[in-house]
Amino acid sequence: MAARDVLGSRFSWAKVAERYGIVGVVVVMMMFLAIAQPEYFLSVQNLTNVLKQIAMNSLLAIGMFLVILTAGIDLSVGSILALAMMAVAIADKADWPWPIVLLIGPMVGIIVGALNGLGLTLLRLPHPFIMTLGTLNAVRGLTNLISDGRPISGLSAPVRFLGSAQIPLPALGPFGAIPVSAFVLLVCYGGVALFLRKVSVGRHIYAVGGNPQAARVSGISVDRVLLLVYVMSGFFSGLSALLLAGRTDSGFPNAGIGAELDAIAAVIIGGASFFGGRGTVLGVFSGVLIMGLLRNGLNLMNVSVFWQQLLIGIIIILAVYVDVLRRRAAVRTEERTQSHAAHWLLRRRRVPESRSTTT
Amino acid sequence: MDEKPAADRDPPLLEARGISKYFGAITALDRVAFHLDRGEVLGVVGDNGAGKSTLMKILSGLFQPSAGEIVFQGAPVRFASPREAHRVGIEMVYQDLALAGNMTIFENIYLGREPGRRLMGLTIVDQARSRKMAAEHLARLHIEVKSVDQNVEDLSGGQRQAVAIARATAFDARVVIMDEPTAALAIKEVGKVLDLIKSLKEHGVSVILISHRLDDVFYVCDRVMAMFRGANFAEAALHDTSRNEVIGWIMGTKGHTTALAHDRVQ
Repeated sequence: MAARDVLGSRFSWAKVAERYGIVGVVVVMMMFLAIAQPEYFLSVQNLTNVLKQIAMNSLLAIGMFLVILTAGIDLSVGSILALAMMAVAIADKADWPWPIVLLIGPMVGIIVGALNGLGLTLLRLPHPFIMTLGTLNAVRGLTNLISDGRPISGLSAPVRFLGSAQIPLPALGPFGAIPVSAFVLLVCYGGVALFLRKVSVGRHIYAVGGNPQAARVSGISVDRVLLLVYVMSGFFSGLSALLLAGRTDSGFPNAGIGAELDAIAAVIIGGASFFGGRGTVLGVFSGVLIMGLLRNGLNLMNVSVFWQQLLIGIIIILAVYVDVLRRRAAVRTEERTQSHAAHWLLRRRRVPESRSTTT
Repeated sequence: MDEKPAADRDPPLLEARGISKYFGAITALDRVAFHLDRGEVLGVVGDNGAGKSTLMKILSGLFQPSAGEIVFQGAPVRFASPREAHRVGIEMVYQDLALAGNMTIFENIYLGREPGRRLMGLTIVDQARSRKMAAEHLARLHIEVKSVDQNVEDLSGGQRQAVAIARATAFDARVVIMDEPTAALAIKEVGKVLDLIKSLKEHGVSVILISHRLDDVFYVCDRVMAMFRGANFAEAALHDTSRNEVIGWIMGTKGHTTALAHDRVQ
């Protein structure tokens, strides 16, 4: 029955389920938490808290997503986060003007991201895993070197703004407010979604992930696309450093240790293919939310952090297994329609002189 | 068997002179010379490793020759990339088709050349126009697909081949190079792809067809050229040669196979 849906009409429940199924999971989780913890979970404070907590991972994840779309990986995002954060904190303590301090975070990210991209394209290192494993270590070392391994606290107000400010919204009650970081997320996710959908370079990212050879012979500079995604990933890591610095009012050299794995987990839970070319911005956001809600919900229910780890591990495996099952089902659908597909060419007639001549 | 060019009046559309290509110590091509006329279908045959694909990758701008020159419409040209070859109208359909399976038919056809408007150095893709152009182009070529929104990975081998050919001809191609277009197809799809080649010829497009299948070559080509160990070995108009002679060329023998040919009365 699914076969007729998929092939026959434009609208099909199978496609809707494939595209928005992950959003359904988020909704179910929220409903479950709302029922299990009605007085805490749905409180404005808790919800804004969740938004603030996921801000860092969601920015790392959207950058990671761009890299994973090209079948790459960026292990250095956590270290970039720490370096950018420390650079921001040091510059702020040195009383640099705040607009420059704010620029430092993303700039550090862009520079390290460019290094990652150049290592892959210029040095021709065999896999991004290697280059970014290198920068994961090197950048963390650099972070400790510039900070002497010591945290810095007490940042100026403009620097704290992105990560800690709230826009009051009395309509939501006495504590009603939307964190500024939520707007940052909205702009970043909306921007990336538009970029991937509408801009030719965004489509080329999908093409490079789907078949780099096809991209190359189509005249796309694969190296430039790769460089771009690592730069963008670095940029979002640097931006997340600003949010984390603002939220914690500090810079600490151990920030973001292991954060790359959370970002990868969110992207994978969100349904992006590890082999590139597949995935949506909405899926990534859902992946981030699923991880955030899981942690929040288990905290509210007083479940230990060890159980959270165990559950997130299981969810990663389950999410990918569901994807495997879905693809297997798709292959079966295709087999059923193979005989159907073979007829297309037979229906062709001889060619009349209708086409405008090309010479 | 004298090998005189088909037309002496016009300069050929495309000509290669003394093309050599070295990969380190390996000589892939050794002073290859050939020409292609307007509206001609040239078959290129040769055993594995004879240099057919390397030669075609040079013509399509993917490789650069180590020596020699390419002449297009009487003027020497150099292609640093496939994009530059596209600019003069030389397109290639690769053996592995080089399609992005995760993308739709219309996106594959215009990949790297998306219609749209420029905005701050970026191209905003006009997907509606791209979709419409693709549908019209496929209709001109009489290629039927359910929808240009289908992903290429959901298509049959013949449909994929058709999409690859559609992509090669989407922008006023003058020369379309096809590397083994029928090798991976089901038998009933082969004839249709060959008819597609004939229709390109009718539209004035020159085609270079690389094939192992002499049936294909003898069905669509005007002229056949054999390569052997990186050099062009022999060529002839199709009506001046025979399968057995061409098979002899592929194996690097000239002359005596003509005498041995059992389908030729001396």
